Parts: sequence; structure tokens; C-alpha cells
Amino acid sequence: MPKIMSKVVDLHHRPKKSGQNVGIVIVSHSPLIARGTADMVWQMVGDTVPLAFCGGNAEGDLGTSVEAIVAAIELAWSDAGVAMLVDLGGAETNSEMAVEMIGLPRSNRIIICNAPIVEGAIMAATEASGGAPLEAVVATAEELSAS
Amino acid sequence: MRRQIDIKALVIAAHAAITSHVDELTELDSAIGDGDHGLNMKRGMDAVLADVNELSKMPFNNALSAAGTRLVMTIGGASGPLFATFLNVLGFELKTAKPANAFATAVDAVAKRGKSKEGEKTLLDVLFPIAKALKLQQNPTELALIAHEAARATIPVQATKGRASYLGKRSIGHMDPGARSVSLIAEAFANVMSFKPNAENYE
Repeated sequence: MPKIMSKVVDLHHRPKKSGQNVGIVIVSHSPLIARGTADMVWQMVGDTVPLAFCGGNAEGDLGTSVEAIVAAIELAWSDAGVAMLVDLGGAETNSEMAVEMIGLPRSNRIIICNAPIVEGAIMAATEASGGAPLEAVVATAEELSAS
Repeated sequence: MRRQIDIKALVIAAHAAITSHVDELTELDSAIGDGDHGLNMKRGMDAVLADVNELSKMPFNNALSAAGTRLVMTIGGASGPLFATFLNVLGFELKTAKPANAFATAVDAVAKRGKSKEGEKTLLDVLFPIAKALKLQQNPTELALIAHEAARATIPVQATKGRASYLGKRSIGHMDPGARSVSLIAEAFANVMSFKPNAENYE
């Protein structure tokens, strides 16, 4: 079962076997969407992929928290890199801030996918579970938003 | 020697400007966004005000960056990274650049962060006119007026950035809440800058 890391923001991770595969981080304004998306990912890939999610602002209302996003990236960190799936505007800009706070050189191995959060997370995680490199994981998620 | 700016006075003024307009900001954001802008800004300002004594002990440019970091950790919405980017870049640039140039560079950084530009019904529609006015060395009273009018000028604009853009033409007729926040803070700062009861303290 996931371990509760924070009382104010819904920040969790799923236990993982190893950090060899690309990690997945899910960031939603809604704690319920973040958790639900992570559940769907977990159902597909289990513990083969480092997975963390967060949702809600510092008060637990709808919104995002840079602090929680940084913590989620740390929880899902893999030397193979981390693919992030985010929902609307603030989740994206706050995630960009969080990646900058993680700092170089690791921030070079974290990519925010331009993809719908639920579908993107599942496709990225499925790709990651086969051992694909970060660029392939991101490309698979982003195929969903090809225009 | 560059004029010493009282960070405490600025923080208190910005806090008062936002917290006395939370309802208005909520109303503006409810019309064309998710309605959390007023409370998000209040949360950020409360956090910065709580740090004001530590901030006032720092060199001015460090205090700007510290306030920006505080805001991004507490606002929780898209405005957080925008205000933080502005203050971080401004603090960095002020080490070497003239204030008007530092301000302009900070505004450009906000545009880059938000992947936006002037005229999309965002806070940039107030920041860019202020940057221009600073380069023209306009006085605080003129700056306040320019900021106020620039926020009002977002009313007839159709949003093409952020959540308001999802409303399409229905975003027309409402002032942008982010633009309003910036104008409230700018107007409050202009008041502080033009009020010099003991002018020698500011030299």
C-alpha cells in the first residue's frame, strides 16, 4: 500500500522494484485525479516503473504545490530519467519551476510531456515498463496530442 | 548612490493592496477562470508578509528573490511561477543593470515562462506598459495611472492564453484578474515611492 508522505497535499508514490526504468510523475490540480490516474497506471505496470503523484495546493484545495511536485520527482527518480504528466496551466508552470529547483544535471533528465494526463500517463508508463529510454517514453505519450 | 528602497514598506503595501481586493479578484477570476486567484494571491502575500522582518535584513535583490520563492511555494496556481520568475530575474538583474532595464528583462522572463506575449489578456498586458513607462522615466503617479488603465484595457480583449481562452469570445467584457493583481500592486508601490516623509532616509 502507498505510504502517506504529506497531510496537506495528496502526495504519494507506489513501491518500486528498481530504479532502472524511466520514472513517471503525475501532477493534477485535483488530488482525486492524480490518485485515480496513478491507480490506472499501477494496474497496467505494477511495480516495474517508479511512480509518484501529487494533487492539490498547500491547503489541500484544487491547485498544485511546487514543494509537493519536487517531492514527487524525488520519489519517482530514476537514473533513466522521469517523464511528467500534468493537467492544466498552473500544473505545467509549477512543474517547470519544480524541475528547475531539482537543478542540473538531473533536470536535463526530466521531461514534461505535452499529452493528456490520464492517457499520457498510462501510455508513457507502459512504454517505460519495457525498458524504453526517456525520449521514447515521452514520444509515446506525445503521440496522443499530435495535431 | 542608488536610492535605498524600504522592502518592508513595499511588502506591507502589496499585502494590503491584495488582501483588500480578494473579493474583487475572486469575482473576476470566477467570470473567466477557476475563481481561485484572489485566495491564491492572498495566501502568497500572507506568507511574504510573515517573512517581512527577515526580508528587510537582506540586500534588496536577495530579498526580491526570496519573496519570489515564497510566493511560488504558496500561491499554488499559475500566477505563482510568474510572480516568482519576475522577482527572481529582477533581483538578479538589479545587481548589474539599471532598474528600468532590469524590470524589462524580468518582464521578458515572465513572458517566456508563460509562453505568452502582450495582448493575450494576461498580467503581461500590465507589466509591459509599466516596463515602457519606466524606460521613459515617468513618475510614480503616472506609473500608477498607466498600470490602472492597462488592467482596464484588458476588458474588451478576447483571451488567447490560460483558462480564459477556453471561453473564446465569452472572455470579452471581463478584466483579467492577473492584470488586475499586478495593477493593484503597482499602484500600491507607486504610492510608497512617491511618499517621502523623511527624504534623507531614502538617500
